[in-house]
Amino acid sequence: MNSFADQLLVLVMLINLVMLGTSRLNFSIRAVAVQGVILGILPGLIHPFSGHLAGITIGIILAKGVVIPYLISDAVHKAHIKREVEPYIGYVPTLLLGAVFTAISFAFAEKLPLAPEHKDLLFVPASIATLLTGFLLLTTRRKAISQVIGYLVMENGIFIFGMLLTEAMPVMVEAGALLDLLVGIFVMGIVINHISREFSSIDTSRLRTLKEE
Amino acid sequence: MLYALVLLPLVGALFALIIPDNRLRPLILPVIATIHIVLTSFLLGHAPPPSHGGWIWLDPLGKVVLLCISLLFAVCAFYAVGYLSYRQERPNRVLCMGLLVCLSAMGMVTMAQHLGLLWVALETTTVSMAPLIYFNQNARSIEATWKYLLICSVGIGLALLGLLFLAYSTYVAHHEATLLLGPLMVSARGLNPAWLHAAAIFLLVGYGSKMGLAPLHTWKPDAYGEAPGLVGALLAGGLVNCAFLSIIRVYQICLASGTEIRFFQQAMLGMGLLSMAFAAVFMARQADFKRMLAYSSVEHVGILAIGLGLGKGALYGALFHLLNNGLTKGVLFLSSGNIHRSYSNKTTDVVKGALTRLPWSGGLFLAGFIAITGSPPFSPFISEYTIVSSAFIDGRPLVGWLFLIFLVIIFIGMALTVLPMVMGAPPVNIEPTGYRDRLLTVGPPLFMLTIILVLGLWPPAFLVTLLKDGAAMLGVKP
Amino acid sequence: MTDIIIHCAVALLFPPLLLGVIGKTKAAFAGRVGAPYFQPYYDLIKLFRKGSVFSETTTWVFRAGPVVTLSATLIAVLLIPLGRHAAPLSFSGDLILFAYLFGLSRFFTTLAALDTGSSFEGMGAAREATFSCLAEPTLFFALITLARMSKSLTLSTILTHPTLATWLAAGSSMLLLSGALFIILLAENCRIPFDDPNTHLELTMIHEVMVLDHSGPALGIILYGAALKLFVLGAIFVNVALPVATGDPLTDWAIFIVAMLALAMAIGIVESVMARLRLVRIPQLLIGATILSAFAMLLVLR
Repeated sequence: MNSFADQLLVLVMLINLVMLGTSRLNFSIRAVAVQGVILGILPGLIHPFSGHLAGITIGIILAKGVVIPYLISDAVHKAHIKREVEPYIGYVPTLLLGAVFTAISFAFAEKLPLAPEHKDLLFVPASIATLLTGFLLLTTRRKAISQVIGYLVMENGIFIFGMLLTEAMPVMVEAGALLDLLVGIFVMGIVINHISREFSSIDTSRLRTLKEE
Repeated sequence: MLYALVLLPLVGALFALIIPDNRLRPLILPVIATIHIVLTSFLLGHAPPPSHGGWIWLDPLGKVVLLCISLLFAVCAFYAVGYLSYRQERPNRVLCMGLLVCLSAMGMVTMAQHLGLLWVALETTTVSMAPLIYFNQNARSIEATWKYLLICSVGIGLALLGLLFLAYSTYVAHHEATLLLGPLMVSARGLNPAWLHAAAIFLLVGYGSKMGLAPLHTWKPDAYGEAPGLVGALLAGGLVNCAFLSIIRVYQICLASGTEIRFFQQAMLGMGLLSMAFAAVFMARQADFKRMLAYSSVEHVGILAIGLGLGKGALYGALFHLLNNGLTKGVLFLSSGNIHRSYSNKTTDVVKGALTRLPWSGGLFLAGFIAITGSPPFSPFISEYTIVSSAFIDGRPLVGWLFLIFLVIIFIGMALTVLPMVMGAPPVNIEPTGYRDRLLTVGPPLFMLTIILVLGLWPPAFLVTLLKDGAAMLGVKP
Repeated sequence: MTDIIIHCAVALLFPPLLLGVIGKTKAAFAGRVGAPYFQPYYDLIKLFRKGSVFSETTTWVFRAGPVVTLSATLIAVLLIPLGRHAAPLSFSGDLILFAYLFGLSRFFTTLAALDTGSSFEGMGAAREATFSCLAEPTLFFALITLARMSKSLTLSTILTHPTLATWLAAGSSMLLLSGALFIILLAENCRIPFDDPNTHLELTMIHEVMVLDHSGPALGIILYGAALKLFVLGAIFVNVALPVATGDPLTDWAIFIVAMLALAMAIGIVESVMARLRLVRIPQLLIGATILSAFAMLLVLR
């Protein structure tokens, strides 16, 4: 089962690159939804079955695969935009940067003092690569929605690492974290609506009234 | 009893949701706040033992923070009634609910002994505060909300990664991952140092950005500047203290590990001094007095961090300062909110002679300024003095001198903004708004100022014991 | 010995049929009858019978272009194994030679195009040089990955190494490699979505614009060379993506031929359902392919 988990993680990393390379927001949202569903399936592959596990799986697939993408695409719909335009750094450079970051995370994961049973798995490099991808999206994109997607990807990266230690995160805490994420995205969606109403755009580079004179 | 502390505000939030009337709804706040403070004062004396396998325990450190939060919230709740009756035109359902949910989550922060639970509660405070910053619903406040939400969410996400690293360090060491504070501290010496180090860094960055330590403070002036006064007070006195408590938890683990504490203290000292330096630079000639208060908050989280970084005797000072800073910020934000209302402006170009126009609020603001800059007889003087003197006693004169220099610069910078604002003649060409000082908008901050004064002159014995107990938990021998 | 003869026979005679199959598939998708399968052969025969016209401004480079290109491709076809049989020509490190033979042929094509002095052909040459710059790393990464998997530097070993077992063990990297190689196959052979071999609109074409001035036998050589190139890269793709070996030589040859025809159909389908990309998007796709193969390499190196 571990090798299947690894294949899925490769898919997660490819989705990262897809998100870096695309300008269509709906496409990114769908990609992040697929990533969320994969994240939901993964714990079932590496841990023995239990009620806790089933709960996590269902919760994650619902939250990351259905509800959150719905919330974001709703915000996209209301803001009447389809594409990210003119990111701070272009698509090809970010894509290349993403590939370099992925390579770096592999090299880095190799150096980490992991427990022996985690050495051969792809969880750690995939986690770091996804985290860095999220950062890249957050910092290079102008549109508020792309930044929310970046935040989500970053959370996914953290989550992948967390899968190695489900026992440290009891189901209550995990559910709380998921709920917080959900509400956070919900609030961000509302804020985006207000931004688009107030500025007739969701370009965050227009948010520059507040600064030191 | 402890559950009531979390559930009570949630029940209140439910009431706020179903009460249809904009006038009646704010009244739920003081009711809940009063019960909350009664519960708190009872729990300070009779805290139940750890329960649920050590998940929930109100330890002395938590008690200090809980006391501060409860007092501050009570004052803000009474103030809110006056404030919201003045701003009838705005629907206040979200505000009331957000305040109560945040209170509930802050209560959870103080008693959580499981770091994952602590994280969830802290994240809840972040999210529940976001709509409140947007209370004024204009372009500036939406910008502030967006920055706050994004930076704090990302920061706290990094803290989660730090927590996972911490759990992994226990997993590598014992093959059993845990995030319970007790077992973590017991087994801290055997933890994998590399993972522990990584965890400390990420937690520091994560909780540091939530707390607003430089250089992660960039959201702070915007959010504090645009939020209504009472939200600013809760951000500066409540959320900051919750984030500081989270950092203290990390400190406890680093202390128990024996090796990591050196790095952690160095980092705290560095970030603390940097925060004070940033504050000193940006506070000078700051025309917007709410932003000035935000930089003052950056300064004071810096002081807290320095207290933690120095360790030993300074810890008592840091814990005391946590309380003093929270309460004094309450005075300042609430009175500045009054001034803001009265002038419909928050820059010093327009706001002049507040003492003439609003004698009470202007006076409170002036007194708050004197208190926050660490002048006797107010209590921040005592805590700051404790910290700086222990820097010299411990043979860290450089830290001590820098601390003092920054304090002086900040005093001058702040005085240059505050004094013209409060003194002098009010501008004649500005249309006076209908706003006047009223009991409900002046009484609460006045009450808080009295507390600070009392704490400065005659600190009550139970508080001294509580602070000493707290410091003892951080490795100070009584 | 039989294998070598079959190898040469297949390599020399088979390639134009691929073009015929692609054309037929596209015709079927468009609802036409289409040209017969052997149309490319007829075209070639027709072209070789014609006389040559050379512009007065051109030099020997222009004439050498098609010849060098074809001979380089012919050598390349001798280096790769077909249908799980070792190649007639192989030595350690021949993958470098293989990659640079393509480089040489491209160099001469672009040089011949520049030699005409026509601005259109120069434009095509510039595009070709740019895009091949982006496509080359993909091929290299793919070959390195395969070399690493088989722990060998000989193309014969490298390309016959993948088996069904490899797919099961390292499915993700093999999938990535196949994807990258397919993209490269389309890009190097100037197929849709990179370039449209049938269009003659100078502003958008890449490869065709470079050979506008060739006529008669020279054009025939170029067309035949293009078919051969498609065959070579297709053979690599088939070796990686469809590693079926029965052990019986003749069956293996049959499987190979069928697989190649299927590949030609697949290309035809891709060409029918996709639109040509805008020129600015082409580098993005090529870089995407490079990243795919680099990623595959990363997974294997680990």
